[in-house]
Amino acid sequence: MTSGNTTMTRDTILKVEHLSMRFGGLMAINDLSLEARRGEITALIGPNGAGKTTVFNCITGFYKPTMGMITMNRRNGEQHLLERLSDFEITKKAKVARTFQNIRLFSGLTVLENLLVAQHNKLMKASGYTVMGLLGIGSYKREAEGSIELARQWLEKADLIDRADDPAGDLPYGAQRRLEIARAMCTGPELLCLDEPAAGLNPKESLALNTLLNSIRDETGTSILLIEHDMSVVMEISDHVVVLEYGQKISDGTPDHVKNDPKVIAAYLGVDDDELEEVMHEELDGGSL
Amino acid sequence: MEYFIQQLLNGLTLGSIYGLVAIGYTMVYGIIGMINFAHGDIFMLGGFAALIVFLILTSFIAGIPVALALLIMMVVAMLVTSLWNWTIERVAYRPLRGSFRLAPLITAIGMSIVLSNFIQVTQGPRNKPIPPLVNDVFHFGDVTVSLKQMVIVVVTAVLLTIFWYIVNKTPLGRAQRATEQDRKMAALLGVDVDRTISITFIMGASLAAVAGTMYLMYYGVASFADGFIPGVKAFTAAVLGGIGSLPGAVLGGLLIGLIESLWSAYFSIAYKDVATFAILAFVLIFKPTGILGRPEVEKV
Amino acid sequence: MTNAQSPAKEAAPGVMAQAVKEGLFAGILAFGMFLLYVGIETYQNIDNALVWRTRWGLLAIFVAVSAIGRFLVVGFFKPRIDRRKLAKAKAGIPEVSDDKGFFHRNFLKIAMLALVLYPPVVVSLYGVQGSLKFVDNFGIQILIYVMLAWGLNVVVGLAGLLDLGYVAFYAVGAYSYALLSQTFGLSFWVLLPMAGILAAFWGIILGFPVLRLRGDYLAIVTLAFGEIIRLVLMNWTEVTGGTAGISGIAKASIFGIWSFDVGASNNFARSFGLPMSSAYYKIFLFYVILALCLITAYVTIKLRSMPIGRAWEALREDEIACRSLGIDTVKTKLTAFAIGAMFGGFAGSFFAARQGFVSPESFVFLESAVILAIVVLGGMGSLTGIAVAAIVMVGGTELLREMEFLKHVFGEDFTPELYRMLLFGLAMVAVMLFKPRGFVGSRQPTAFLKERKSVSGSFTKEGHG
Repeated sequence: MTSGNTTMTRDTILKVEHLSMRFGGLMAINDLSLEARRGEITALIGPNGAGKTTVFNCITGFYKPTMGMITMNRRNGEQHLLERLSDFEITKKAKVARTFQNIRLFSGLTVLENLLVAQHNKLMKASGYTVMGLLGIGSYKREAEGSIELARQWLEKADLIDRADDPAGDLPYGAQRRLEIARAMCTGPELLCLDEPAAGLNPKESLALNTLLNSIRDETGTSILLIEHDMSVVMEISDHVVVLEYGQKISDGTPDHVKNDPKVIAAYLGVDDDELEEVMHEELDGGSL
Repeated sequence: MEYFIQQLLNGLTLGSIYGLVAIGYTMVYGIIGMINFAHGDIFMLGGFAALIVFLILTSFIAGIPVALALLIMMVVAMLVTSLWNWTIERVAYRPLRGSFRLAPLITAIGMSIVLSNFIQVTQGPRNKPIPPLVNDVFHFGDVTVSLKQMVIVVVTAVLLTIFWYIVNKTPLGRAQRATEQDRKMAALLGVDVDRTISITFIMGASLAAVAGTMYLMYYGVASFADGFIPGVKAFTAAVLGGIGSLPGAVLGGLLIGLIESLWSAYFSIAYKDVATFAILAFVLIFKPTGILGRPEVEKV
Repeated sequence: MTNAQSPAKEAAPGVMAQAVKEGLFAGILAFGMFLLYVGIETYQNIDNALVWRTRWGLLAIFVAVSAIGRFLVVGFFKPRIDRRKLAKAKAGIPEVSDDKGFFHRNFLKIAMLALVLYPPVVVSLYGVQGSLKFVDNFGIQILIYVMLAWGLNVVVGLAGLLDLGYVAFYAVGAYSYALLSQTFGLSFWVLLPMAGILAAFWGIILGFPVLRLRGDYLAIVTLAFGEIIRLVLMNWTEVTGGTAGISGIAKASIFGIWSFDVGASNNFARSFGLPMSSAYYKIFLFYVILALCLITAYVTIKLRSMPIGRAWEALREDEIACRSLGIDTVKTKLTAFAIGAMFGGFAGSFFAARQGFVSPESFVFLESAVILAIVVLGGMGSLTGIAVAAIVMVGGTELLREMEFLKHVFGEDFTPELYRMLLFGLAMVAVMLFKPRGFVGSRQPTAFLKERKSVSGSFTKEGHG
């Protein structure tokens, strides 16, 4: 908190500056800067191929950006430059967790085990890096019970408690999405990055997802950065929207501001105008928030 | 310098044989994604078939021209190994296609054990020597080139050309490449996937049989255990070149042949295999998918 | 049931025609395949020249067996299996019933009791000297493979890393014991843990460069490392004795109290006034390897329910997801390699103490393949399945050595041993074809909230590395 070398305000959790990512001749992201604020849900939207997932992969360390700086500002005042950390360190040290566009669960492990794997680092320490735990010395046993308790809490929040002992691969699609989010939350993140969490969900599942995301934000104070195609989800739950097109930011602001931005409308009109307009009307008429 | 060129030639000869076997590994890997561990033993079967045909030929027709004898040996060996490889694929690999990855690997290792022990039981455990087939030697300055080396290199080059043509220019090759890319999609588009895979096994076996015949001609001896070491070397060659890539297999084969002969010539013959394997490990550490292999894109 | 049968019966003439056709085809195919290799025998005559003779009778048998076999399979077995499957599907009975019998529930206790009682029972049945064969060839031999397979299971079954060079660590353990005991005169009990540590150390050294490799690339490099170690052992004559190996390796003692050296004053048999026999040593070794196996099993079971073990299994399921959860996959893989190697090292030093002799012969690729086969045949990750596989595969082939009676059937020059590996290979293929996931295909979860349900094999993955 005392690091005064940046202009970052206290409530900025993630700051992306001049980020560029090049794949061969393709400039997937071009000089992108954006900020996400603590305790908010920030949405990253844009037409197909705008580079949203690439931004995510840069933030979470799965790609090394060609240029730019990504700063994560933790609650305890620690600052981490994410482009310098490797993927697992970003989760472990910078406390950024993520989900994937095509769900990546440990399908042969049970739902509960999936959540226990997510608490790996905490449990490793408690087990004295396995040695003490193997000999039965130290706090491992208590900590292990605690981890199951934490898993139970998240299973209840994600409405998966009845399926706790079933293999994760056996869950229906919507439940798998919620499990992946619950699993990411079990790493104790301060920033949760969700890659299209509502993709492929039916309306009922979509609703359950919204409830889960809202409870994450309100109850744990975890900030959320999400990529989403489904405009109704974006407009309903996000506090702040960033619009990308061709790897560049074309708009940035509140949902209301963004949806009235002519540049955004133009960008979307070029892609799938019907859907957008429909959503716009719904939003304007219904105003569910 | 002459010594170096001499070793280069020896390496090239050996490398051609490895390359021919490596193609079988790489094709099967490319098309169904399995390491066909039994392929080295198919090569050994090819050598034995050539040996037996040679014995029969020479006992019936005393003065048979060597070229004709070699040709017959090669063709019969190709036929027999094709039958074997086709049957093995049908019986042992096809039922496991799409099953979990290690199952076909274990069956292939099992098949390899079966084949080498089958030959040990039916033909005996001893080395089988035959009189030298081709003795002519040419001198270019201090460099000696034997005719058999030339035969090996030329036959390899010719086969590779034919092969390259089949894979790149014929409908069969197109079907193979399609199956390699996406088996389900290829099937939907009317490619007979089963048949394509069978043909791939037959092609691999034929090349291995040619390699086996060449090996027999070059060293003049066959043994039931000959499948393993050349097999592993050829597999190493395929991986070194980038498994799944045909030019890679040939390049890998030549490289392994060269490493082996140059290492034996300049360092120590005892550690030549150590050098081969060490170089493989070294290359893969820096280029994890081999020299010509497509880099594996980690899709997140 | 009647419903299921009637269409099959109607189709019978069609099936028969099909069976005859396929049988004939198989016969022709077999003729082509076996003509050269079975129909013709090559041998060296008195002048050492290679000559040949025909074996038409044998060829005829091969062809006939293939044809008739195929005919029977297509005509009778297949329809029967299909019918049974159909009936099962119609009746809707789940294939696996959860209802377990007494034997099933107490399997572990019964197995333990049987193992502990095995040597005394054998001794009482066959006498001290007669027990040698059973304790050594069956007991110790199988248990060594059980231990090796359990060790490799950590790497392949749990972490999903395909290791084709596992025998290298077995070799490291064996040579560590052989060399250190000869050079420094240290005892088995000091060197056993040391061999394990050395092997683990090698596991890390060899594991480190290959961590970036995936799947089959990893497989070939581990195979290469295994071969490198064997070739070095073979050629570094000054230290390892080359192909001749190292002989006269010290025996293990009962914690230094009783010795098994014939000349020693504290010789076990002498101390107890028993007649001299090497069987005591073997019985002692049987209990040592049994204890080592139990330690391996205990540690594996313990580790599975600890974070590191869960991380191994998660790694097998999805490496990228692991990294997204903050798991250091490099360390996780290295610990798997190290722990697996350590068990291999223990087994190796035990092997050296048992044989009293080590040579590169014992550490060929085939050994790695056999150990890997046992892991996969048993069902990856399942200790019980692997133990069963080791008993079936190793015990089965050892049994073949004992089949003297076959000589009366096939004639005096029939050596059943010759067919040992042939049958081993065939068994590998057959088991995989019928049970691609191994004997035990399901996985036991390591934690549960309400009830422990085993996870069907169709959900578990086999790893990419």
